[in-house]
Amino acid sequence: MLQPIIPLAVSAFTATSALGRGREAHLRALCDARTGLRANDFSLAPLACWVGRVDGVEQAPLPPSQATWECRNNRLAWLGLNQDGFLEAALAARERYGADRVALLLGTSTASIGATEEAYRRLDADGGFPDDMRRPPIHAPHSLAGFLAAALGLEGPCLTLSTACSSSAKVFASAERMIRLGLVDAAVVGGVDTLCESVLFGFNALELVSREPCRPFDRSRTGISIGEAAGFALLERAEAAPEAPRLLGYGEASDAHHMSTPHPEGLGAELALRDALARSGLRPDQVDYINLHGTASLKNDEVEAALIARAFPPSTRASSTKGFTGHTLGAAGILEAVIALLAIGHGLVPGNLGGADPDPACGPQFAWRNEMRPVEVALSNSFGFGGNNACLAFAGPERRA
Amino acid sequence: MSALTVYVEGVGLWSPQLADFSALRAALQGQPVAPPPARPAAALLPANERRRAPESVLLATEVASQAVAMSGREAASLACVFASSHGDQPIMDYMCAVLASTPAELSPTRFHNSVHNAPAGYWTIATGCHAPSNAVCAQRASFGAGLLEAAALAVADARPVLLVCSDTAGSGPLAAMTASAAPFGSALVLNAQPGVSTLGRLDLHLCPGSIADAPVVPALPAGWLASSPSATALPLLALLAQGAGRCTLRAAGSLGMDVHLEECA
Repeated sequence: MLQPIIPLAVSAFTATSALGRGREAHLRALCDARTGLRANDFSLAPLACWVGRVDGVEQAPLPPSQATWECRNNRLAWLGLNQDGFLEAALAARERYGADRVALLLGTSTASIGATEEAYRRLDADGGFPDDMRRPPIHAPHSLAGFLAAALGLEGPCLTLSTACSSSAKVFASAERMIRLGLVDAAVVGGVDTLCESVLFGFNALELVSREPCRPFDRSRTGISIGEAAGFALLERAEAAPEAPRLLGYGEASDAHHMSTPHPEGLGAELALRDALARSGLRPDQVDYINLHGTASLKNDEVEAALIARAFPPSTRASSTKGFTGHTLGAAGILEAVIALLAIGHGLVPGNLGGADPDPACGPQFAWRNEMRPVEVALSNSFGFGGNNACLAFAGPERRA
Repeated sequence: MSALTVYVEGVGLWSPQLADFSALRAALQGQPVAPPPARPAAALLPANERRRAPESVLLATEVASQAVAMSGREAASLACVFASSHGDQPIMDYMCAVLASTPAELSPTRFHNSVHNAPAGYWTIATGCHAPSNAVCAQRASFGAGLLEAAALAVADARPVLLVCSDTAGSGPLAAMTASAAPFGSALVLNAQPGVSTLGRLDLHLCPGSIADAPVVPALPAGWLASSPSATALPLLALLAQGAGRCTLRAAGSLGMDVHLEECA
């Protein structure tokens, strides 16, 4: 039986997505029930679908000192890092604890594969990468973490977690273990994924991409809309930031079923949920809000709706926010952790945008429209290919265990 | 100085020269070793999965099965951490080439096999493992960083953990960027407590400051260590074969990790 962990402070957090840059932009779009999705205008021959694209990445180069890391994914990382005072908070933690006492743990599924794709489109006469793309670190899945370690001057444990769409949820678990064991005193966690041909054409080949804006948990949903996002959180021991919201716990589990479809009874998702509740010392009826994985794929939503219906009372409210942002893949975990923290901080249960005609599998827990109500405890679900499941639990600063 | 202690219960190894951990032992003693067949057997996978599985999955499954068999544990009971600096390079090369020419023809199977956690996915499916599984990377420090992550999980949750670190050989134009001349994979089963199958005790100490690439192992050909980012496991694997000693690994780009192996009575 798992023992509850000692909650950690989430002393800074931020997100940048199709909804805009930073927490205020996200809160405003959620309050207005306004989607960030648009008709796909990404790439030379765009697929007919909708995407959650971040504006202005093309006009936001990296600082000249970091030019060797140039690529869309690292640009979005830098853009995201500079919102909500997060960069300053991370640098202050480095000063406070020492560069080797702050871990950097980042989730991504795309990393900067978009740059590798570009190199293949522009191979030189000898069939090799063009000169300007001969930068080995950006052609590796550790590109994002390598860039941010350099940009932040961090010299502690530095790891990329890449478990598809659960990647940037699992970073919270790794960080909690490292802090509990005394390996570090704080951790910068987060994730960044960007639009690229691999994911657009890849999910399209799997027939998972909708031609219209995605409609999570709608009876006639037709698939996912792919988005991009960057998000970060700074985790420290609770006494370092008494007024900050808390990471209460997390759960991780594997489906052991199929590479690209979820377990039909949601076995891994339920194990991750039960683990998260046990580590948090929570009963289901103490959960006020759940930000669902809710991709709008046929299978995910069916399985996840059934799990919520059997595990929680109607007083627990639940919704997917992928109708706002699209499915930001490896960044979904951190983006939706930030939305869960906004729900706690502002007493807002975001409505499940796009679900006009609810799937009959959905129980009374679903919030189809925005609800203003106190949210003390919020969960966030993230599930990935390979049957990789994670669930995070957060609470406000005032909650006493 | 931060420290973690874990106990090694099983070791797996596969490279074009070494079929398993006993082959490394023999090589270190100067004995001739017969190279394995060109494709890792990965006998644990069901036959139809084995035919479909990409190289990265065959390699990871082969070394994972060896380590788990040596530990005597049920694979389904082990949390797992799969590390790889570059994932499946033949698939990355295929995808980038197709996307540059005929993107609408991208294979759906190769796409879902391209995720970094494909080995973790195939492994948990083949073994019926519902425990936490992870897929990580850290450029040239993937083995040391994966070892740190796996040891932290084993100690924090007091549970046995399977660590796999493997890389395929480079493929196509991408190969010029990845310095992966040959495939290499290794695996360890780690536990927070000593037990009947313990091979040795590992004390891990983080040492701030960057270190050079892992030092050569004098008894082995220098080319082996340079052949793959995952071959940076060789100094520790050699210690395990010899019984005891110290080595230094990279745990991150700017972080060393001192590894002290002691035999258990």
